[in-house]
Formats: sequence, C-alpha cells, structure tokens
Amino acid sequence: MSAATENAMHDCRKAFAETLIELARADERVVAVCNDSVGSSNLGGFREEFPERLINVGIAEQNMVGVAAGLANAGYLPFVSAASPFLTGRATEQIKADIVYSGANVKLCGQSPGVSYGELGPTHHSIEDIAWMRALDDLPIVVPADPEQTREAIRWAAEVEGPVFLRIGRHKVPSVSEGHVPAFRPGRSEQLTDGDDVTLVANGTMVTVALAAADELAASGIRARVLNMATVHPLDRESLLRSARETRGIVTVEESVPRGGLGGAVAEFLAESEPTRMRLMGTHEFAVTGAVEYLFDRFSLTPAGVADAARDLLGS
Amino acid sequence: MTVTTPPCTTPGEVRDLALRIRLGALDTIATAGLGHVGGDFSVTDILALLYGGVLRVDPADPSWPQRDRFVMSKGHAAASLYTALALRGFFPESELATFAGPDSRLGGHPNRRKTPGIETNTGPLGHGLPVAVGMATGAQLAGAGWQTYVVVGDGEIQEGSNWEALMYAAHRGLSNLTLFVDRNRLQQGAGTEETNALDPLDEKIRAFGWETSVVDGHDIDALWAAIRAPHDHGRPVAIVADTIKGKGVSFMENLAAWHHKVPSAEQVELARAELTGVQA
Repeated sequence: MSAATENAMHDCRKAFAETLIELARADERVVAVCNDSVGSSNLGGFREEFPERLINVGIAEQNMVGVAAGLANAGYLPFVSAASPFLTGRATEQIKADIVYSGANVKLCGQSPGVSYGELGPTHHSIEDIAWMRALDDLPIVVPADPEQTREAIRWAAEVEGPVFLRIGRHKVPSVSEGHVPAFRPGRSEQLTDGDDVTLVANGTMVTVALAAADELAASGIRARVLNMATVHPLDRESLLRSARETRGIVTVEESVPRGGLGGAVAEFLAESEPTRMRLMGTHEFAVTGAVEYLFDRFSLTPAGVADAARDLLGS
Repeated sequence: MTVTTPPCTTPGEVRDLALRIRLGALDTIATAGLGHVGGDFSVTDILALLYGGVLRVDPADPSWPQRDRFVMSKGHAAASLYTALALRGFFPESELATFAGPDSRLGGHPNRRKTPGIETNTGPLGHGLPVAVGMATGAQLAGAGWQTYVVVGDGEIQEGSNWEALMYAAHRGLSNLTLFVDRNRLQQGAGTEETNALDPLDEKIRAFGWETSVVDGHDIDALWAAIRAPHDHGRPVAIVADTIKGKGVSFMENLAAWHHKVPSAEQVELARAELTGVQA
C-alpha cells in the first residue's frame, strides 16, 4: 500500500464512538451497554460525557444482553457494544430470545470482528458471527465498509424500531463511499465499479480488497463490477439478480466464514432465483495465529487472491 | 380506585384469586393436553399476590410506561400466568381454551409480541432475571417510581446468567427490584439438591448483596408481609419462597413426575374437588 493511501486510512470504531455520542446528545434514551469493553469499544468519550448512561455490567455477556432488553422495555435505546466473538457467541440465546424473538429495540454492535484480533487466535476471531446472526429470524445485519457507512448505519439503526446487528471493523480502511450520497442505504448495495465480465460482492474490510482486485483484473482486460453489500440481511436482491444476469459469475468476499455468511446468503438466494456460477471467498477454518495481513494472505483475501478466483471462475 | 390499582385489598381476596388461578390453569392444561401443572401450582400464590394485590398495571394499556414490570422467568408455568392475566382483565378468560393451540396468542411459552401483559419472552431458563435487572436499571436511571418483580424457578438458578444478574443488581443497588424464587426443590427429573445442590440458597443470595428472606410461598400473609416490610435502601430484595410442586392436589404434590404430566379427565375432577374443598 502506498504512503498516500496509508495516510487516508480511517477508523470505523472512532466513527462508531463519535456517532453514538452525537446520538446521545440528541436523544436522552440512548444508552451504551458493554462488558468491560469501554476501551476496546472506544467508549471512553461516551463515558466522560454521559457517565450514567454507560452501563458496564462487567465480564458477563449473557447478563449484558438481558439487561439491554430490560432497558429497552423501560423505554431506553440501548446500543450494546462488545467484541463480536463474545457478544454473538456467549450470548447467542439471549440475542435470540430476549432481543430478536422478543422484538426488543436493542442495537447490537459487534466490535473487532473477523480476524482483527489476528495474533490472539481463533478464540478471539469472530468469523462465525454473521452465520449465527443470519439464522435469527429477520434480524437486520449490517457490515459497513468505511467510517461514512458506519456513521450512517448507526444513525439508521437508531431510527428503526427493533433489533439490528452491526459489525464494526477494527482495522483502518480507506473510504470507499466517496461520491455515494447517502453512503449507506439499508438493504441496498452500492455499485462501486462498472463491469460486465464478473461481479465481486464484498462488504466490510473486503470492499477495498475487491476494488483493488478489480483494478488488477482490468489490467488483464477483465471488467469487474464491484458491489458493496453492506447489508447482509435483507440482501439487495435486485442488484444481485441484475449482476447474475449481466455478468458471467459472482465472487463473494468477506472476513468471515462464507457458509452462513455473505457468500452463503448470496448463494442461497441465487440458487433459487437465478442459478449462477460462484466462488465464495472468506475464512474457511479456525485460522492460525498471526497478524491480520498474514491471515488475509493465507485465506487469499488479497487483491491477487480475489482476482485469481475471478479468473478461475471465468476460465472454468 | 383507578384501573391501575390492584383489585385485592385483603389476604382473603388474594387467596380466592389463587384458587381461581389454580382452577383456571387446571382447565387450561386439561383442554390443551399439555402444560406444566406442577410448577404452575407451586407459583400460583405468588402470582395471585402480585396480580391481585401488588402490580400497578393497566389491562387497557399494557404498555403504559409507568406500569410495574413483572417477569416470569419460569415461562413454562404459562398456564397459571395466562390465567392470572385473564383474571386481571388483559384478555377474556374464554381465550384460555386456546392455550398452545395453532396460532393462539397464548403459546406454550409467553410471547410479548402476542400476549397482552407479557413483558419479555421466556422459556429458555436463566433469562428473566437479567432482563428484570435491565428494567430496574432503566427505572433507576430515569428516577421513575415503578417497581420490577421477577419470579425465578429454583432449578433454573443453576444457570450462570442468574448469578451474573444477582451480582450486577446488587452492584447497582437496585432497591426497586424484587426477586421471588419459587423454591419447590424439584426440577424436571429430580430434586434440586440431588441434581446440583442450591442450599443454602438464601445465604448465597444474601452474600451477593441482596436483602433476603425465606417465607412460606403458599402463605399469602407471609408473602405480603415480606414485600411490604421496610427494606434497607439501596439493595435489591430477594424472597426465597418455599413452595410445593403441585400444591393443592394431594396426588401431585412434591412429585417430579407432575412437572409436565397432563391430568386425565378423572384426575381433573379429583383435583378440582380437592382444590375447592380445601379452599372454598
């Protein structure tokens, strides 16, 4: 990555924290609920400005999610913020029964998802969260790609009645939303490049990778359409159908397991409506321990890896 | 008297209500052919006290923001809960006959999106207390006067989520929260003490920072006194209610088999005779 690009890297967690404070200033119902995760969720500023509205239950995720449901019942608008592996894994049944089945107006914010805790290993990786959450009835699932999308997705979540799951990335990313106003439209994808040969469907941190892969493919004469599919549920069916018909195949790219994840969601939909040749890119096993970049490389979640998958799909 | 005032003013009236709840739950279970009669009857007197004498709720406006909150963590005792709600006026008693039927609002476990008066969906165990702690935290933050009450079955206290919630409620000093433990000493297949012992339960809860008492869970006067007793400001209140599974029907009492056994038509008649004979 060039120095210029490095300088333009942005932090979605910071955007999350700033937006939550902005919402809390405007709406006294907004509370943050966390599990000793003030630091990792970047909630220090929130605590400083709204000490009473930061509900830190300690290291107790089941209670955290139950308490959030109770706060919603009492008329508050809770944003639960915790590392995604522990929020979605430890408290799955609370999310199911207390939040989704009960229809509680709680926003679940999974922090540091995917393999962002690279060196800490699979216990701290959150590559299953999308699959687990996708199985829960009609829970909206949003994986913003950059700070602008993060900000707008959080504002949207605050406005809609009912539960939402948001996945907030940890590592810094370039902006991919320039020229897209609004940056985030619920249930809609953003088409970032035009192309009729192949479609790259990505979200979160992988949107940048897909864009770079499209550049690489362009150099060899392959025109790739890149869709930023920030909403995993409900899917943007319209743009997927169009892409399935207008291009020769679809590659999905995500920082999670494709079975049950974005790849699984797209494949399930297209299998029923427009059977399409696909490659599903993501993490496929418990990752080894290593730095994030190393893990991306290992799972071919790189521009070259995605471009190879696209070429393989078109050539096969 | 406004619509939100609880209807019973004397222990005798609450006892009459408890009888009606037991008879209603018995019919409800017999009609549906399923239910959890043992746990329904152990918790009945607590429910009768809450819905008869304590809870300020408005059946015409179940989401009235200033209502007291009640959470039935042991959601499998749905038949007695639904009966208590119907008798308080949340829906017609005739609807109890639809219990657990296709598309009924009264499912096998309570669903707030369907049943008026239900605050949160329960069924999986160990969920009610954390949610109740969240409710009480909300009232505390808002400086609101409404109270939160929660009933937890004793077996489900084996779930670790309860201990997370017990700890946090005391940490926050939730004096607006009252926990009843339906201490019938039986879980689905066996006694709590032979499965994973809870005793000394009151001492454990007290050690977590709750103001804790032990009362006869079928003695309305004692239960009411425990609620009304002046409480140490700044601590949540726990009432360990010693109860009998299947209370009021001799052939059901203290038998784990009646956790979810359904009485035959003949047994329903015997049970009705015993209940009305003893308590009429």
